[in-house]
Amino acid sequence: MNAYLIETADLRKSFGKVIAVDGISLKIPTGSIYGILGPNGAGKSTTIRMLCGLLTPSSGKASVDGLDVYTQSEKIKQRLGYMSQSFSLYEDLTVLENLRFYATIYGVRGKEREERIRQLIAMAGITGRERQLAGTLSGGWKQRLALGCALIHKPQILVLDEPTAGVDPVARRVFWELIYKLANQGITILITTHYMDEAQSCDRIAFVFTGKILAEGTPAELIASGEFKNLEDVFIHYVEETTGQKVKSSFEEIKFLHKQDGGGSQ
Amino acid sequence: MNFSRFGIIIWKEFKHIYRDPVSLRLVILMPLIFTLLFGYAITTDVEHIELAVYDGDKSYESRELIRKFAASNYFSFEQMVDDSDQLEALLDAGEIKAAIMIPDGYGKKLKRGEVPESLLIIDGTDPTIARTALQSGNLIANVYNMKTISGSAFQVSEMKTRVWYNPNLESTKFIIPGLIGLIMQNITVMLTAFALVREKEKGTIEQLIVTPLRPVELILGKLVPYILIGSIDFLIALFFGTWYFKVPIHGNIFLLLGLGFIFVISALAIGMLISAVTKNQLQSMQLAFITILPTVLLSGFMFPRDGMPLVIYWIGNLFPMTYFLEILRGIILKGVGMEYLWKDVLGIALIGVLLLSIAIKKFHKSLD
Ligand SMILES: Nc1ncnc2c1ncn2[C@@H]1O[C@H](COP(=O)(O)OP(=O)(O)OP(=O)(O)O)[C@@H](O)[C@H]1O
Ligand SMILES: [Mg+2]
Repeated sequence: MNAYLIETADLRKSFGKVIAVDGISLKIPTGSIYGILGPNGAGKSTTIRMLCGLLTPSSGKASVDGLDVYTQSEKIKQRLGYMSQSFSLYEDLTVLENLRFYATIYGVRGKEREERIRQLIAMAGITGRERQLAGTLSGGWKQRLALGCALIHKPQILVLDEPTAGVDPVARRVFWELIYKLANQGITILITTHYMDEAQSCDRIAFVFTGKILAEGTPAELIASGEFKNLEDVFIHYVEETTGQKVKSSFEEIKFLHKQDGGGSQ
Repeated sequence: MNFSRFGIIIWKEFKHIYRDPVSLRLVILMPLIFTLLFGYAITTDVEHIELAVYDGDKSYESRELIRKFAASNYFSFEQMVDDSDQLEALLDAGEIKAAIMIPDGYGKKLKRGEVPESLLIIDGTDPTIARTALQSGNLIANVYNMKTISGSAFQVSEMKTRVWYNPNLESTKFIIPGLIGLIMQNITVMLTAFALVREKEKGTIEQLIVTPLRPVELILGKLVPYILIGSIDFLIALFFGTWYFKVPIHGNIFLLLGLGFIFVISALAIGMLISAVTKNQLQSMQLAFITILPTVLLSGFMFPRDGMPLVIYWIGNLFPMTYFLEILRGIILKGVGMEYLWKDVLGIALIGVLLLSIAIKKFHKSLD
C-alpha cells in the first residue's frame, strides 16, 4: 500500500485567462482525513475535480493510488467516491431509486446490491425516507443520501467537496460523525471546507488561496509554527503575509461564515 | 458495452419521462395538433377565385363563355362591368383576383371557325393562386372554343393527358405524407436535443462522469425510451394524417411502420448529437432550429429536388427526412415496396449510425 494515496506535483489548471489552480503539490497520507481550506474561488473544487477525472489538468502531475489522472482516470473512478459541491443526484428519483441506479452503474448487483443499499441507508440514517423523491429531502438528508451514493461501490478514497455547505449545525455534526466512522474503516478522505472547526477536525490541512497552497500540516503543527491562538489566526497571518490588505476583505468572509455557524442555524 | 449499465440508464430515463406528466402529454399531443393544424394550413388547392367580366361582345357565345367560367369551381363570378377601366380598379382594390375581357366580334369569329381572342387578367401577387387561375382559365376557355369550333371544318389535334397516382392533382394527397415526415422529424429531434444537456445544466452529469459509465451506454440508453415515444408519435401522425385528410395508403402499412421506426431512430440521433455537443438548453434549441429549418426547403418537402443546384441537392442528401419523404410518398401514394425504396432505407440507416457514432465520440466524459 502506498504511504500517500493521492500525490500531486505542481498541478495547474486555467480556464482561458483565469488561473484557477496555480501549482499545487499535495501528499495525502493513506487513511487520513485531509482538509482543503480556502475562501470562495480559491481553487478547491478545481483541484478536486482534476483528481476525480472531471477536469484535465493544464500541467503538472497527479496520481491517485499510483494511478495517473491523465491516462488512468477510468481505473481511478472504480476506487473513488465523489460528492460534488452541489447536489447532483436525480431529484425526480426516490432515495431508493438513486441508490439502485448508482449501485448498478458501479456494477453492484442482485442480492449484494440490496444488502449494500440496506447498510448504507442505515449508516446514513435515512431510514423511513426510502420512497421519498430525492428533490423533496431537506439539506442534511440530501447530503447523507449523496454520501450513501458515493460509497455504494466501497471506494478506498472518498472525495467530498464542501459536503456541509448549507446544512444546519446539528446535521453538520451528524455528518462529521459519519466521516470519522468511515475514516476508522480505513477510507482515505479528502474534504474541502469553509469552516474552521471542520478544518480543526482533519488530520492534515492545506490552506489554499488564489490557486496556491499557503500553509500545510496538522492543525497542531500549524498553530505551533508561530505565536498563534488558533487556526484562524494562522490563516489571517498567511494571507496578510502573501497578499496584504487587498485580500484581507475576502478573508473576512471565512470569519463571517464561522461566526454565523457558531451563532445559529439556517 | 455493459448491458446492466445500459439497462439502468433506460430505466432511469423512463422514470424521468414518467415523472414529468406535462411533457409526456405534450409528446402525445404534438403530433396530433401539428398534423391537423398544418394539414389544413398547407393545402394549396385554390378554389373560388373572385372574377369580374367586361363583355364587349354581348353575344350568345360570349355569355356562354362567361357561364362556363361561373359554373367552374375555380372561379366565383362576382360582377359584370361596363368598361375595362372598372376591371383595373377592382383588381387594384383587391376585390377580384381575375378578370375577363371579351372584345367585340368574339361570337362572330367563333361562328366562322376562327379561334377568337379574349383576355384573362390575373392578379399575380400570389403566384400559387395565379398559377391555378391561369391554368384553369385557359382550360375552360380552350375547351369551350374547341367544342364550338369542332363542329366546323377546323380540325383540332387534341393531346390526351393522364395523371397517375393522384389523378385529381389534389395537393393534400401530396402534402400530407410529406407533412407527416416533417412533423415526425421536428418532434423527434426535439425529444433528444435536451436529453444530455438537461443533465449538464442540472449538474447531475458531474456525478455520472465520476462513475465507470461509458458514453456509448449513456447515449444509447437515453435513446431507447425516445424510440418508443417517437414510434407512438409516428402512429398518431400517420393515423390522423391519412384518416382525417382521407389520404389512402396504397402500399403495405406494415412496411411503412417498420421504415418509420428506422427513421425515428435516425432523427433521434440528430437530436442526440446536438445534445452531446452543446452546453445548455438554449444552445441546443438554437442548433436544433438551424438543423430543422433547412430540411423544410432542401428535403423536397416544399420544392422538388430535381431542379436544385447540385451542391444544394447533396446537402439535402444529408438529412434522413429527404429519404423518408421518398418512402412516405412511395408507400402512401404509389404503393411501392422495398424493391424501389431500399436505397432510401439504406440512406436513413447509414446516416443514423453515423450520427450516433459521432455523438458517442463527441461526448467526452469530462467537464472541460
Ligand atoms: N469551468 C470554469 N470556467 C471558467 N472559470 C472557472 C471554471 N471553474 C472554475 N472557474 C474559476 O476558477 C476559480 C476557482 O474556482 P473553484 O470552483 O475551484 O473555487 P472553490 O475554491 O471551489 O470556490 P468555492 O468555495 O466557491 O466553491 C474561480 O475564479 C472560478 O471562477
Ligand atoms: Mg468549490
